[in-house]
Amino acid sequence: MRINRDYKRVFFLFFIISIFLAVFLSPFASSSPDGLERVAESKNFINKEVESHGFDLFEDYNFKFIKNEKVSTAFSGFVGTIGVFFITYFIFKLISKK
Amino acid sequence: MHIPDGFVSLPVNLVNAGISLSVLGYALKRVSNDENNREKLPLVSVFAAFIFAAQMLNFPVVSGTSGHLLGGFLASLIIGPWYSFILMSVVLFLQCFGFADGGVIALGSNIFNMAFIGGVFTYWIYNAAVKLFKIKRFNAFLIGFFSWFSVVLSAFFCSLELVISNTSKPEMVFPAMLSIHALIGIGEALITVSVVGLVYKLMPELFVRLRNEN
Repeated sequence: MRINRDYKRVFFLFFIISIFLAVFLSPFASSSPDGLERVAESKNFINKEVESHGFDLFEDYNFKFIKNEKVSTAFSGFVGTIGVFFITYFIFKLISKK
Repeated sequence: MHIPDGFVSLPVNLVNAGISLSVLGYALKRVSNDENNREKLPLVSVFAAFIFAAQMLNFPVVSGTSGHLLGGFLASLIIGPWYSFILMSVVLFLQCFGFADGGVIALGSNIFNMAFIGGVFTYWIYNAAVKLFKIKRFNAFLIGFFSWFSVVLSAFFCSLELVISNTSKPEMVFPAMLSIHALIGIGEALITVSVVGLVYKLMPELFVRLRNEN
Protein backbone atom coordinates (compact mmCIF):
# COMPACT_ATOMS: atom_id res chain seq x y z
CA MET A 1 0.00 0.00 0.00
CA ARG A 2 1.26 3.45 -0.89
CA ILE A 3 0.29 6.78 0.55
CA ASN A 4 -1.01 8.25 -2.70
CA ARG A 5 -3.74 10.74 -3.60
CA ASP A 6 -6.58 8.25 -2.98
CA TYR A 7 -5.20 7.40 0.43
CA LYS A 8 -4.88 11.04 1.43
CA ARG A 9 -8.38 11.75 0.24
CA VAL A 10 -9.84 8.94 2.38
CA PHE A 11 -7.76 10.08 5.35
CA PHE A 12 -8.84 13.72 5.27
CA LEU A 13 -12.43 12.89 4.44
CA PHE A 14 -12.82 10.56 7.43
CA PHE A 15 -10.92 12.90 9.70
CA ILE A 16 -13.40 15.67 8.92
CA ILE A 17 -16.41 13.31 9.13
CA SER A 18 -15.26 12.07 12.57
CA ILE A 19 -14.89 15.58 14.00
CA PHE A 20 -18.21 16.58 12.46
CA LEU A 21 -20.03 13.58 13.97
CA ALA A 22 -18.46 14.07 17.39
CA VAL A 23 -19.02 17.82 17.62
CA PHE A 24 -22.21 18.54 15.68
CA LEU A 25 -24.21 15.30 15.79
CA SER A 26 -23.37 13.69 19.14
CA PRO A 27 -25.24 16.37 21.19
CA PHE A 28 -28.39 15.27 19.35
CA ALA A 29 -27.93 11.51 19.72
CA SER A 30 -30.68 9.48 21.40
CA SER A 31 -30.38 9.41 25.17
CA SER A 32 -32.58 6.32 25.53
CA PRO A 33 -30.97 3.29 27.20
CA ASP A 34 -29.09 1.00 24.81
CA GLY A 35 -30.08 -2.60 24.06
CA LEU A 36 -28.30 -4.16 27.05
CA GLU A 37 -29.54 -1.51 29.53
CA ARG A 38 -33.05 -1.93 28.20
CA VAL A 39 -32.94 -5.70 28.69
CA ALA A 40 -31.44 -5.21 32.17
CA GLU A 41 -34.39 -2.97 33.05
CA SER A 42 -37.11 -5.22 31.65
CA LYS A 43 -35.58 -8.42 33.04
CA ASN A 44 -34.91 -6.81 36.41
CA PHE A 45 -31.17 -7.02 36.79
CA ILE A 46 -30.32 -3.32 36.27
CA ASN A 47 -29.97 -3.03 40.07
CA LYS A 48 -26.93 -5.34 39.92
CA GLU A 49 -24.97 -2.57 38.27
CA VAL A 50 -22.03 -1.43 40.36
CA GLU A 51 -20.48 1.98 39.72
CA SER A 52 -16.88 1.62 38.68
CA HIS A 53 -14.53 4.46 38.07
CA GLY A 54 -11.58 5.06 35.88
CA PHE A 55 -10.53 8.69 35.56
CA ASP A 56 -13.93 9.62 34.19
CA LEU A 57 -13.08 13.15 33.24
CA PHE A 58 -15.95 12.92 30.76
CA GLU A 59 -18.47 10.79 32.62
CA ASP A 60 -21.25 9.76 30.23
CA TYR A 61 -19.75 11.95 27.51
CA ASN A 62 -20.17 15.14 29.48
CA PHE A 63 -17.44 17.46 30.65
CA LYS A 64 -18.12 18.37 34.28
CA PHE A 65 -17.05 21.97 33.96
CA ILE A 66 -19.39 22.89 31.12
CA LYS A 67 -22.94 23.43 32.29
CA ASN A 68 -24.70 23.46 28.93
CA GLU A 69 -25.39 19.80 28.17
CA LYS A 70 -25.10 20.03 24.40
CA VAL A 71 -21.87 22.05 24.49
CA SER A 72 -20.54 19.67 27.12
CA THR A 73 -21.23 16.61 24.93
CA ALA A 74 -19.76 18.31 21.85
CA PHE A 75 -16.62 19.19 23.79
CA SER A 76 -16.27 15.60 25.14
CA GLY A 77 -16.77 14.28 21.63
CA PHE A 78 -14.12 16.57 20.22
CA VAL A 79 -11.52 15.78 22.90
CA GLY A 80 -12.33 12.04 22.74
CA THR A 81 -12.07 11.83 18.96
CA ILE A 82 -8.79 13.76 18.79
CA GLY A 83 -7.51 11.79 21.80
CA VAL A 84 -8.37 8.41 20.25
CA PHE A 85 -6.70 9.51 17.02
CA PHE A 86 -3.38 10.43 18.64
CA ILE A 87 -3.28 7.58 21.16
CA THR A 88 -3.96 5.05 18.39
CA TYR A 89 -1.29 6.70 16.24
CA PHE A 90 1.20 6.58 19.10
CA ILE A 91 0.53 2.91 19.93
CA PHE A 92 0.76 1.72 16.33
CA LYS A 93 3.86 3.82 15.78
CA LEU A 94 5.55 2.11 18.72
CA ILE A 95 5.03 -1.32 17.19
CA SER A 96 5.68 -0.37 13.56
CA LYS A 97 8.90 -0.80 11.64
CA LYS A 98 11.07 2.12 10.70
CA MET B 1 -23.54 -3.24 24.57
CA HIS B 2 -20.88 -1.95 26.98
CA ILE B 3 -21.29 -4.14 30.07
CA PRO B 4 -21.09 -2.18 33.35
CA ASP B 5 -19.55 -3.74 36.46
CA GLY B 6 -21.79 -6.00 38.49
CA PHE B 7 -23.54 -7.75 35.58
CA VAL B 8 -20.87 -10.33 34.83
CA SER B 9 -19.12 -12.36 37.54
CA LEU B 10 -15.43 -12.04 38.31
CA PRO B 11 -14.46 -15.51 36.99
CA VAL B 12 -16.18 -14.80 33.65
CA ASN B 13 -14.48 -11.40 33.43
CA LEU B 14 -11.12 -12.95 34.26
CA VAL B 15 -11.45 -15.63 31.58
CA ASN B 16 -12.47 -13.01 29.03
CA ALA B 17 -9.64 -10.71 30.10
CA GLY B 18 -7.21 -13.62 29.68
CA ILE B 19 -8.47 -14.38 26.19
CA SER B 20 -8.46 -10.69 25.24
CA LEU B 21 -4.91 -10.20 26.48
CA SER B 22 -3.68 -13.26 24.58
CA VAL B 23 -5.36 -12.09 21.38
CA LEU B 24 -3.92 -8.62 21.95
CA GLY B 25 -0.42 -10.05 22.30
CA TYR B 26 -0.83 -12.02 19.08
CA ALA B 27 -2.37 -9.03 17.25
CA LEU B 28 0.53 -6.77 18.31
CA LYS B 29 2.97 -9.35 16.96
CA ARG B 30 1.10 -9.67 13.66
CA VAL B 31 0.96 -5.91 13.19
CA SER B 32 4.61 -5.37 14.06
CA ASN B 33 5.56 -8.06 11.51
CA ASP B 34 3.43 -6.51 8.78
CA GLU B 35 5.80 -4.81 6.34
CA ASN B 36 3.15 -2.23 5.45
CA ASN B 37 2.42 -1.17 9.02
CA ARG B 38 4.07 2.24 8.55
CA GLU B 39 1.81 3.10 5.63
CA LYS B 40 -1.30 1.97 7.46
CA LEU B 41 -0.61 4.21 10.47
CA PRO B 42 -2.69 7.26 9.38
CA LEU B 43 -5.54 5.07 8.14
CA VAL B 44 -5.76 3.06 11.39
CA SER B 45 -5.72 6.22 13.49
CA VAL B 46 -8.41 7.97 11.49
CA PHE B 47 -10.71 4.94 11.63
CA ALA B 48 -10.18 4.63 15.39
CA ALA B 49 -11.32 8.26 15.68
CA PHE B 50 -14.23 7.59 13.32
CA ILE B 51 -15.43 4.57 15.31
CA PHE B 52 -15.17 6.45 18.59
CA ALA B 53 -17.20 9.36 17.18
CA ALA B 54 -19.75 7.09 15.50
CA GLN B 55 -20.23 5.12 18.74
CA MET B 56 -21.41 8.33 20.41
CA LEU B 57 -24.31 8.54 17.99
CA ASN B 58 -27.05 6.49 19.58
CA PHE B 59 -29.94 6.06 17.17
CA PRO B 60 -33.45 5.14 18.31
CA VAL B 61 -34.51 1.57 17.45
CA VAL B 62 -37.82 0.92 19.17
CA SER B 63 -39.63 3.05 21.71
CA GLY B 64 -37.33 3.88 24.58
CA THR B 65 -34.34 1.95 23.28
CA SER B 66 -31.32 3.08 21.33
CA GLY B 67 -28.34 1.44 19.69
CA HIS B 68 -25.05 2.54 18.20
CA LEU B 69 -22.37 1.29 15.84
CA LEU B 70 -19.89 -1.27 17.17
CA GLY B 71 -17.51 -0.92 14.24
CA GLY B 72 -15.21 -3.91 14.80
CA PHE B 73 -16.28 -5.66 11.61
CA LEU B 74 -16.08 -2.36 9.71
CA ALA B 75 -12.50 -1.84 10.89
CA SER B 76 -11.58 -5.43 9.97
CA LEU B 77 -12.89 -4.88 6.44
CA ILE B 78 -10.85 -1.72 5.98
CA ILE B 79 -7.53 -2.48 7.67
CA GLY B 80 -7.63 -6.17 8.55
CA PRO B 81 -8.62 -8.10 11.69
CA TRP B 82 -5.45 -7.62 13.79
CA TYR B 83 -5.36 -3.87 13.30
CA SER B 84 -9.07 -3.85 14.03
CA PHE B 85 -8.63 -5.75 17.30
CA ILE B 86 -5.98 -3.36 18.63
CA LEU B 87 -7.92 -0.30 17.44
CA MET B 88 -11.14 -1.51 19.10
CA SER B 89 -9.27 -2.34 22.31
CA VAL B 90 -7.91 1.21 22.40
CA VAL B 91 -11.39 2.68 21.85
CA LEU B 92 -12.98 0.44 24.53
CA PHE B 93 -10.15 1.14 26.97
CA LEU B 94 -10.53 4.91 26.61
CA GLN B 95 -14.33 4.75 26.80
CA CYS B 96 -14.03 2.72 30.00
CA PHE B 97 -11.45 4.88 31.76
CA GLY B 98 -12.22 8.33 30.39
CA PHE B 99 -15.96 8.27 29.74
CA ALA B 100 -17.32 5.75 32.29
CA ASP B 101 -18.73 3.72 29.38
CA GLY B 102 -18.37 0.03 30.27
CA GLY B 103 -17.14 -1.27 33.62
CA VAL B 104 -13.47 -1.37 34.60
CA ILE B 105 -13.61 -5.01 35.74
CA ALA B 106 -15.81 -5.85 32.74
CA LEU B 107 -13.34 -4.37 30.24
CA GLY B 108 -11.98 -7.80 29.30
CA SER B 109 -15.50 -9.04 28.57
CA ASN B 110 -16.32 -5.95 26.53
CA ILE B 111 -13.14 -6.37 24.47
CA PHE B 112 -13.90 -10.06 24.01
CA ASN B 113 -17.51 -9.44 22.87
CA MET B 114 -17.06 -6.39 20.69
CA ALA B 115 -13.43 -6.46 19.48
CA PHE B 116 -12.85 -10.22 19.21
CA ILE B 117 -16.29 -11.73 18.48
CA GLY B 118 -17.74 -8.71 16.63
CA GLY B 119 -14.50 -7.74 14.89
CA VAL B 120 -12.08 -10.63 14.39
CA PHE B 121 -14.23 -13.75 14.66
CA THR B 122 -17.03 -12.43 12.43
CA TYR B 123 -14.40 -11.38 9.90
CA TRP B 124 -13.04 -14.94 9.78
CA ILE B 125 -16.49 -16.31 8.97
CA TYR B 126 -17.02 -13.54 6.39
CA ASN B 127 -13.66 -14.32 4.83
CA ALA B 128 -14.54 -18.02 4.61
CA ALA B 129 -17.81 -17.07 2.87
CA VAL B 130 -15.94 -14.80 0.43
CA LYS B 131 -13.68 -17.70 -0.51
CA LEU B 132 -16.51 -20.21 -0.65
CA PHE B 133 -18.65 -18.09 -2.99
CA LYS B 134 -15.57 -16.81 -4.87
CA ILE B 135 -16.59 -13.19 -4.37
CA LYS B 136 -14.14 -10.87 -6.09
CA ARG B 137 -15.66 -7.45 -5.62
CA PHE B 138 -17.42 -5.31 -3.07
CA ASN B 139 -20.61 -7.16 -2.19
CA ALA B 140 -23.08 -5.00 -0.27
CA PHE B 141 -25.36 -7.88 0.65
CA LEU B 142 -22.62 -10.03 2.15
CA ILE B 143 -21.04 -7.10 4.02
CA GLY B 144 -24.44 -5.99 5.27
CA PHE B 145 -25.33 -9.46 6.45
CA PHE B 146 -22.10 -10.01 8.35
CA SER B 147 -22.24 -6.51 9.91
CA TRP B 148 -25.67 -7.41 11.24
CA PHE B 149 -24.41 -10.83 12.31
CA SER B 150 -21.45 -9.28 14.18
CA VAL B 151 -23.87 -7.39 16.44
CA VAL B 152 -26.14 -10.39 17.01
CA LEU B 153 -23.18 -12.68 17.73
CA SER B 154 -21.69 -10.15 20.20
CA ALA B 155 -25.10 -9.95 21.89
CA PHE B 156 -25.22 -13.76 22.02
CA PHE B 157 -21.90 -13.93 23.88
CA CYS B 158 -22.93 -11.04 26.13
CA SER B 159 -26.11 -12.97 27.04
CA LEU B 160 -24.13 -16.15 27.60
CA GLU B 161 -21.87 -14.30 30.05
CA LEU B 162 -24.92 -12.94 31.89
CA VAL B 163 -26.37 -16.45 32.15
CA ILE B 164 -23.11 -18.05 33.34
CA SER B 165 -22.80 -15.24 35.90
CA ASN B 166 -26.30 -16.07 37.17
CA THR B 167 -27.45 -12.53 36.47
CA SER B 168 -30.47 -13.64 34.50
CA LYS B 169 -32.15 -16.79 33.25
CA PRO B 170 -31.38 -18.00 29.72
CA GLU B 171 -35.05 -18.10 28.67
CA MET B 172 -35.34 -14.43 29.68
CA VAL B 173 -32.08 -12.90 28.52
CA PHE B 174 -31.45 -14.67 25.18
CA PRO B 175 -34.72 -13.78 23.40
CA ALA B 176 -34.67 -10.20 24.74
CA MET B 177 -31.00 -9.53 23.89
CA LEU B 178 -31.07 -11.24 20.49
CA SER B 179 -34.29 -9.58 19.31
CA ILE B 180 -33.28 -6.05 20.27
CA HIS B 181 -29.80 -6.48 18.79
CA ALA B 182 -31.26 -7.94 15.62
CA LEU B 183 -32.81 -4.48 15.20
CA ILE B 184 -29.70 -2.55 16.27
CA GLY B 185 -27.73 -4.70 13.80
CA ILE B 186 -29.70 -3.20 10.90
CA GLY B 187 -28.15 0.17 11.79
CA GLU B 188 -24.72 -1.46 11.92
CA ALA B 189 -25.30 -2.96 8.45
CA LEU B 190 -26.44 0.35 6.92
CA ILE B 191 -23.48 2.29 8.33
CA THR B 192 -20.91 -0.40 7.48
CA VAL B 193 -22.12 -0.87 3.89
CA SER B 194 -22.14 2.92 3.32
CA VAL B 195 -18.70 3.51 4.82
CA VAL B 196 -17.02 0.51 3.19
CA GLY B 197 -18.74 1.33 -0.12
CA LEU B 198 -17.40 4.87 0.04
CA VAL B 199 -13.86 3.78 0.92
CA TYR B 200 -13.97 1.15 -1.84
CA LYS B 201 -14.99 3.78 -4.34
CA LEU B 202 -12.30 6.24 -3.29
CA MET B 203 -9.54 3.68 -2.77
CA PRO B 204 -10.16 0.41 -4.63
CA GLU B 205 -6.59 -0.83 -4.17
CA LEU B 206 -7.20 -1.20 -0.43
CA PHE B 207 -9.55 -4.10 -1.05
CA VAL B 208 -7.29 -5.81 -3.55
CA ARG B 209 -4.55 -5.72 -0.93
CA LEU B 210 -6.80 -7.00 1.86
CA ARG B 211 -7.90 -9.94 -0.25
CA ASN B 212 -4.31 -10.90 -0.90
CA GLU B 213 -3.19 -10.50 2.70
CA ASN B 214 -5.87 -12.49 4.48
